[in-house]
Amino acid sequence: MGLKRKDLLSLASLSVDEIMLILDTADSFKEVTGREIKKVPALRGKTVVNLFFEPSTRTRTSFELAAKRLSADVINFSPSTSSVVKGETLLDTARNIEAMQADIIVLRHASAGAADTLARGVKSSVINAGDGWHEHPTQALLDLYTIRRRGLEFKGLRVAIVGDVAHSRVARSNLYALTKLGADVRLIGPPTMMPYGVERLGAKVYHDMDKGLEGAQVIMMLRLQLERQGRALFPTIREYARLYGLTAERVRLAEPGAIVMHPGPINRGVEIAPDVADSLSSVILDQVANGVAVRMGVLYLMSASG
Amino acid sequence: MTEKREGGIARTNEKLIMDAGDIARVLTRIAHEIVERNKGVNLVALVGIRTGGVHLAHRLAKRIHAIEGVSVPIGELDITLYRDDLALRKNQPVLRKTSIPFDLAGKAVVLVDDVLFTGRTIRAAMDGLMDLGRPEEIQLAVLVDRGHRQLPIKANYVGKNLPTSREETVRVLLEEYGEEDRVVIIKPLS
Repeated sequence: MGLKRKDLLSLASLSVDEIMLILDTADSFKEVTGREIKKVPALRGKTVVNLFFEPSTRTRTSFELAAKRLSADVINFSPSTSSVVKGETLLDTARNIEAMQADIIVLRHASAGAADTLARGVKSSVINAGDGWHEHPTQALLDLYTIRRRGLEFKGLRVAIVGDVAHSRVARSNLYALTKLGADVRLIGPPTMMPYGVERLGAKVYHDMDKGLEGAQVIMMLRLQLERQGRALFPTIREYARLYGLTAERVRLAEPGAIVMHPGPINRGVEIAPDVADSLSSVILDQVANGVAVRMGVLYLMSASG
Repeated sequence: MTEKREGGIARTNEKLIMDAGDIARVLTRIAHEIVERNKGVNLVALVGIRTGGVHLAHRLAKRIHAIEGVSVPIGELDITLYRDDLALRKNQPVLRKTSIPFDLAGKAVVLVDDVLFTGRTIRAAMDGLMDLGRPEEIQLAVLVDRGHRQLPIKANYVGKNLPTSREETVRVLLEEYGEEDRVVIIKPLS
């Protein structure tokens, strides 16, 4: 058995079994990434196209490395964002890529639903590498993988997600997956950064960070999107850092041994204090390393010819 | 890779080929042969091919220990990523883990599998092994050789040569799966 779907668009649409299959597959690839020769022939002859309409170094590089370690051919396609008109250009570009006989398209786009649109328009498999504020499934999968690798069970796991939840596709993907897996998810942030009605997804909302962190086993920090500062979501960066920045004192409010996660890139001294980012409880670099194994797993599972 | 070892076929057409005693004696013989051929086991390592081969490798190691008093290193190899039919499949097979907790360099590696059939699994296993290191030598031990090779591959140690037709299925059932040890041929329902 494998993943019986053409595309990976969201975690909201995956079952618990499918999520577990991806994590187990990633585990096999984790062993591969630890070898001296980190390459296997599984995707020989397949073409993976990284189609990134938004700038991204980390995710694109991670997908590129994952595809190369599977022996696939990789093309990086980064159309300039300035001329993009939602929908029209995407489908035009998709036709170009289909002509290149891509087996898998990895799409990053500023508009929610872009991956879904693309998936319906092309025969190739589509992997959503982030669409607007909607989802970023592989990031959440690598977060889940990192949590599991730390020996933590999802059932009843107390996870605090801190920051601009409303504008975070990482938070959304994690929220969908973690609640599905039975975790107890708390969302921490100012009211301006909480999506309306998010409690209905099964999460508890805290505006007081200290309260929300109590007993947390996983602290997932979100990047403060400084480029959104003009939107008056918070008065000053300094105030945000004081209210919602993760400091060593605040880590002590969580469960002893709690792990600190961040999808990167981090703003040191804003959402996370430098000493916390570099502390033993931080698994931020594990997340990056695990990302390659998880994406190898996803590419492998999506590469079936059916 | 067309070996069908598990599932899906009614038991009624089964024919017993080896029972628990046969399997035990054959493994004891192979263990002796491995010791003899390699003049001791100082450089020998066993690598079982998932899943059946892994169990057999452990059983062989136990016997070698009884003969020579030496614990040979054991590895486990998942060949899925090296299969030659991956690009053709509608669904990707479930990956299991490869674990070779020793340095392959200089070792005489005995690959262990339950059934030798087309030889494609062994080709994949050798490629997989070579990516993990440079053994001095690779040998092959199988419980059953059922013929129908599609590649020029030959086992060094064979438990039983079993003439079969292509349509038949050979299953190796082991205690490790919660079964009684036995090898059976299953004829297709015609």
